[in-house]
Amino acid sequence: MAVLELRGVTKLYKEREVLRGIDLTVGEREAVAVIGASGSGKSTLLRCVDLLEEIDDGDIYLDGEAITDPGCDPVPVRRRLGLVFQAYNLFPHKSVIENVVLGAVKAQGIPRAQALEAGHALLERFGLAGREHDFPDRLSGGQQQRVAIVRAIATKPRALLLDEVTSALDPELVGEVLEIIRELKAEGMTMLIATHEMGFARQVADAVCYLEDGRILERGSAEQIFSDPERPETRRFLARLLAGARA
Amino acid sequence: MKSQPTTRDEREAARRRARRRGLAISATSTVALLAALAFAVLLSPGWHLVRTTFFSWHWFNSSLRPLIDAFWLDVRMFVIIEVIVLVLGMAIALLRTMRSPVLFPLRGLAAIFVDVMRGVPLLLLLYLIGFGVPALRSSFLPTDETILGGAALAFCYSAYVSEVFRAGILSIHPSQPAAGLALGLTRTQVLTHVVVPQAVRRVVPPLLNDFISLTKDVALVSVLGPQEILRAAQVIQDYNFNFTPLVAAGAVYLCVTIPLIRFVDSRQARARRQQEGVLVVL
Amino acid sequence: MLPTRRLASLLSSGTLLAGLAFAGSTVLAPASQASGTCVKGSLSLHSAGQLNVATDSPAYPPYFENNKPSNGKGFESAVAYAVAAKLGFGRSQVKWTVEPFDDSYAPGPKAFDFDINEISITASRAKAVDFSSPYYTNPQAIVVAAGSKYAHLASLASLRGAKIGVQVGTTSLQAVNRVIHPTQQVQIFNTSNDVVMALREHLVDAIVVDLATGFDLVQTEIPHGSIAGQFSAPGGDNWGLLLAKGSKLTPCVNKALAQLRSSGTLKAITARWTQSGASVPVLH
Repeated sequence: MAVLELRGVTKLYKEREVLRGIDLTVGEREAVAVIGASGSGKSTLLRCVDLLEEIDDGDIYLDGEAITDPGCDPVPVRRRLGLVFQAYNLFPHKSVIENVVLGAVKAQGIPRAQALEAGHALLERFGLAGREHDFPDRLSGGQQQRVAIVRAIATKPRALLLDEVTSALDPELVGEVLEIIRELKAEGMTMLIATHEMGFARQVADAVCYLEDGRILERGSAEQIFSDPERPETRRFLARLLAGARA
Repeated sequence: MKSQPTTRDEREAARRRARRRGLAISATSTVALLAALAFAVLLSPGWHLVRTTFFSWHWFNSSLRPLIDAFWLDVRMFVIIEVIVLVLGMAIALLRTMRSPVLFPLRGLAAIFVDVMRGVPLLLLLYLIGFGVPALRSSFLPTDETILGGAALAFCYSAYVSEVFRAGILSIHPSQPAAGLALGLTRTQVLTHVVVPQAVRRVVPPLLNDFISLTKDVALVSVLGPQEILRAAQVIQDYNFNFTPLVAAGAVYLCVTIPLIRFVDSRQARARRQQEGVLVVL
Repeated sequence: MLPTRRLASLLSSGTLLAGLAFAGSTVLAPASQASGTCVKGSLSLHSAGQLNVATDSPAYPPYFENNKPSNGKGFESAVAYAVAAKLGFGRSQVKWTVEPFDDSYAPGPKAFDFDINEISITASRAKAVDFSSPYYTNPQAIVVAAGSKYAHLASLASLRGAKIGVQVGTTSLQAVNRVIHPTQQVQIFNTSNDVVMALREHLVDAIVVDLATGFDLVQTEIPHGSIAGQFSAPGGDNWGLLLAKGSKLTPCVNKALAQLRSSGTLKAITARWTQSGASVPVLH
């Protein structure tokens, strides 16, 4: 059974269809990358999966359970998912360690001492030892995003949703963030990744979907999509992307 | 124009000279201005009379003790009222920013409350509550004038403060509560741990300004009977036909308000420095 | 080096200022008192040819009627016109102006020749203004609402536990504090209306006002209320006309009042417009 399954998901924003009939599955331990131009609906897709937005048609299933059912309480669902934002969205009034343990302590009721211990271990593992008591504004963008990822995995989610997590970073800081994600994938974390980083998607993703104007036009393995896409739209998009990267 | 390069020493010396010139000019002009003011006041024919009527050392000293005793009422009132105002103001702000349909009637009432309390002069409110409530002869409602006057002040200022809090809450970017929700926090938890703490930090300067305003408006409770400091000053003034007690009352007030104002200003300057990083020298 | 230079210049300016202040304070010499005639033509008036008399607004009964001092009705209106007549001014030559109590004793030139406003004469007040000789003595009255437990008092001590209200600016506060020694702080109100409202709303148990005012209140504003008793303020409650300090009009006004007293006119006016306090028990 797939961890995440989207069937015919449609989302309207002021009469405009932002997502049209999305079908998507993410299997256990699988990393699925969603690529596409800005405005194609990648962020909206992830926000809908995390129930931060309401869909207008279709269903989303987490471990077989229909989480978009009107009677379903979104809070427990969100506890089982982790979402990392493009702009990190750390809480500026809390220190790094407080950011990390907030979810575990308040949302999951884990005892504070236990959460602190786990939090410290995670931060140390990802190269942030010694920065626990700093506030987010003293960290570089790459460090902040690493904290954001730690914050999202501290609650031990079923799946991790990554929304363009390197797009706001300076190029030299991108590597450290991608490194963490690679590690998490290696440990078997299920992931749905919206990204621009083609090289990274190629290395990490088991499957890649191309999203254009709210529709998934093509889905295949990373190797297949990047070397030999079927659809002309996919080809055009990749060509533009490569031209931009070279220039 | 010089054709030779300027050495570092020459540059520093030139800066020193410019600084000294500037200081000399400002010192001289300040002293000259003060001297002119002093001339104008001290040499006016009525100065002696004004001095004995407004700045009499004898009346200043003799009225100080009763004024400070009366001021104790003002202090107790504005401390207690401020606490109530902060709590009530935050409650109203939260009520008005939450979207739950269950709270709709309460939200409507809150909006009316805020509009009326901000729209009616405070003095009128004091009269209405201070004289109107006891007229109801209800056994549940208080009749003590200090409590009624305090209630009027609390209602009025809660309305203003709730708007300040509301502005603070609305100024928090939606990505913050989104991040909180994504962690699996309930809406209440998001408010408590993410939104409200940040909103409150942002609105501390206007809150402090409202507090300073409250410390002075507390004097209005005297229309209902209680003897607070300005009334006590007026009593001495009327009995002896000398205005110095008012000056003394003002001095007592300044002992509280000036430190408060300095504190507010220093906090605001610090916040500005943190945001901008560099102090621009004009 | 520079700070010392600044300090030196400030010090020298300061000394100069101090010297000027000292000189300035001796500039104003006291006005010389005229000891001469009080003939109408030679009076120094605020505006020539008319007598400016001031009082506060609203002007309450029984001292004035309908808030119109110029109608000649009411105790103080009558006194003012009587004094004016003795000074040689007919009804049409008297001009009334409104002067709030607090303004009437403020330093500086006055906008009136004399002020009549139920003002009690005290020693410290007399340092700031000139008072005429007293034209009325008015004891303090304790007014209570209908059915008050303080309606029948054996002595002033019985009132000690009561919550008492007075009007600001009157000498009633000092009278209450010094003679009754209440255990609760006296409540002070802005206007006569507020004091009455406080009594009606039971915010206070009793109010202390001038006896003449008390009679008027009990008859008009406080139905079924009563005057529980009267007492004298320490130092007496003598009312005087208020004039500018050192006013040349003061001896003339005193002369006029002396004439009104000796001719019995003042007594007649008092009897016509104020009630005798004989029926009210004097309390100690």
